[in-house]
Amino acid sequence: METTLREVIKQITFKHLKKFKGQVFGQNLTGVGWVAGTLPKLYEKDGVIELPMADVANGGMVTGAALVGRRPFYIIRYQGYNWLNCIFIVNYACKSKEIWNKPAPMFIRGLSSEGGLGPVSTSSHISIFYKMPGIKIYSPMTKNEYTKTYKKFMKSDDVFYVSEHRKSYENKIEFKNSIKKNLDIILMPISVTRFEAEKAKNYLNNNGYKVGIIHLYELKPFVLKKKWISMIKSSKYGVLMTDNDYVDGIIRTLAHKINEQTNKKVYVLGLKDKSAGYTLETSNFPPSALEIINKIKQIKIKKRV
Amino acid sequence: MSYKNYRLKTFEKASLCRNFENEVFKRVNEKIINFPVYLSAGQEYVPSSIAQIVKDKKQKPLIFGQHRGHSIYLSFGGNIVELIDELLGKKTGCTRGMGGSLSINSNKINMFGHEGLMGSNACMGVGACFSSAKPTIVFLGDASVEEDYVLASLSWAAKKELPILFVVEDNNYAVLTKKKDRRDWKAKDVAKAFKLESYDIDDQPKNIFSVLKKNLFKKPIFINVNTKRLFWHSGAGVDEEVKGDRLTLEKKFLGKKAEKIHRNIKKKIENLWKQRLEK
Ligand SMILES: Cc1ncc(C[n+]2csc(CCOP(=O)(O)OP(=O)(O)O)c2C)c(N)n1
Repeated sequence: METTLREVIKQITFKHLKKFKGQVFGQNLTGVGWVAGTLPKLYEKDGVIELPMADVANGGMVTGAALVGRRPFYIIRYQGYNWLNCIFIVNYACKSKEIWNKPAPMFIRGLSSEGGLGPVSTSSHISIFYKMPGIKIYSPMTKNEYTKTYKKFMKSDDVFYVSEHRKSYENKIEFKNSIKKNLDIILMPISVTRFEAEKAKNYLNNNGYKVGIIHLYELKPFVLKKKWISMIKSSKYGVLMTDNDYVDGIIRTLAHKINEQTNKKVYVLGLKDKSAGYTLETSNFPPSALEIINKIKQIKIKKRV
Repeated sequence: MSYKNYRLKTFEKASLCRNFENEVFKRVNEKIINFPVYLSAGQEYVPSSIAQIVKDKKQKPLIFGQHRGHSIYLSFGGNIVELIDELLGKKTGCTRGMGGSLSINSNKINMFGHEGLMGSNACMGVGACFSSAKPTIVFLGDASVEEDYVLASLSWAAKKELPILFVVEDNNYAVLTKKKDRRDWKAKDVAKAFKLESYDIDDQPKNIFSVLKKNLFKKPIFINVNTKRLFWHSGAGVDEEVKGDRLTLEKKFLGKKAEKIHRNIKKKIENLWKQRLEK
């Protein structure tokens, strides 16, 4: 049976604990579903540390563990808690190498989730980390991407924020970019929106559009490859980016970077600028395939007139 | 080491700190140093007494101070010239000219820098102590101990029975707001509620010596030490005349020997500043 991303994360964590004598910190780790099944069933003696319900202090305590070289994993079970947990990570761990020549490498696993979980726990909140110097941000949705991210971390002495999505844990496939010259538009999806963007791309290409896709998981530092730039430049309408963080978050910054380098329009779809409730009607979901399709139809119609 | 000897050695450290701070005071007034400076004159007996005990016990703890850190740095043996250079913003400074006064660090003495969010060092210190199992000291102020994340850190240090010492340099002030206007509890009582061995004492070296001699780094200890800040919260100035600061009292008690030590250290520090300024 082919393995899932969930299984790969579990294996990497096991190796990190047993081979590299690392540590894994977080709240409600041992039990409560073992972090959606991504954590091996290990305890404090193995390096899996239950932290108290003190989110602000916890970020600082894990920073301390990083400063003494334990390369901790830090699990934030819902990214909404980033607001409390980020304080000492972004203000200390991320700056420590530059100011004090004392790196504090840690691997933060922030889990994002579907809509329907209210104003805090719904979706991604990585924008608050994004603007700070000294952090690297990835959002792997596949096994290869996750493994590459971990390997990079083990060669680095930086703080890594790894934005995961619960919906990707069952994923077994790898995504492929599909770009060529003179497309109508190129999709550049992030995180869980990559699954819906793939569907939208297939639908549109079967219905008379020429749509390409570039999957983004290395978010900071963000590098636009030369080939991407030339394909975007040759496209008719530019780029549509999608994300499951708020539309006025990281995606606008990335869109601006792309626009600066290609001189093409970059459209964005993310979480709407509204608070989320708990029902289908009141929640705030990331853009669906249908929303992506409609957006592209709109762009094309607007351009024609 | 006999208590008498300990007292004299502690005086020597405290005298170094006081003379150093007096020199910094001058440079701030002369506008040679132009960034915010946090002088620790008056409070130096707290780190000096502890540093002397740690030295006698041949320990080399991890040290997490906060913004008022010159005396911590000097008491534990941080390089004096590098601290002068840091305050002059030079690349040869202890923090390569990045640390100013608030964010100084020293690899030599395991002193970690502070970023400016008061009390954050309690969290970092607890985490570092937990993950390294090394003896650790966290220096706080009477205001930073009010931060929720500091309290959470005390709680976890107690739960994990860490080899850590929390020291509150209690000068009664948060900038200029007095303790009585901020809270109705004693830090010692709160620490005790978390099941830490805790004390509330003044900064006589004898008191510090007696509460630390038995259990230092054997279990988590919390000491709130009442002390006096001579100068402004930040910068060089005097809010009100302070009488009976510990160094003056100790110098008087120790007599001629101490006076001579103080004079010699003063001269040495003045010369060092002069040399570095001429460089
Ligand atoms: C999180 C945070 N809030 C507020 C401040 C502003 N601030 C700087 S120092 C200080 C008072 C600190 O008092 P205390 O901890 O007792 O140390 P002291 O200055 O007396 O040495 C305050 C409020 C800060 N640096 N960090």
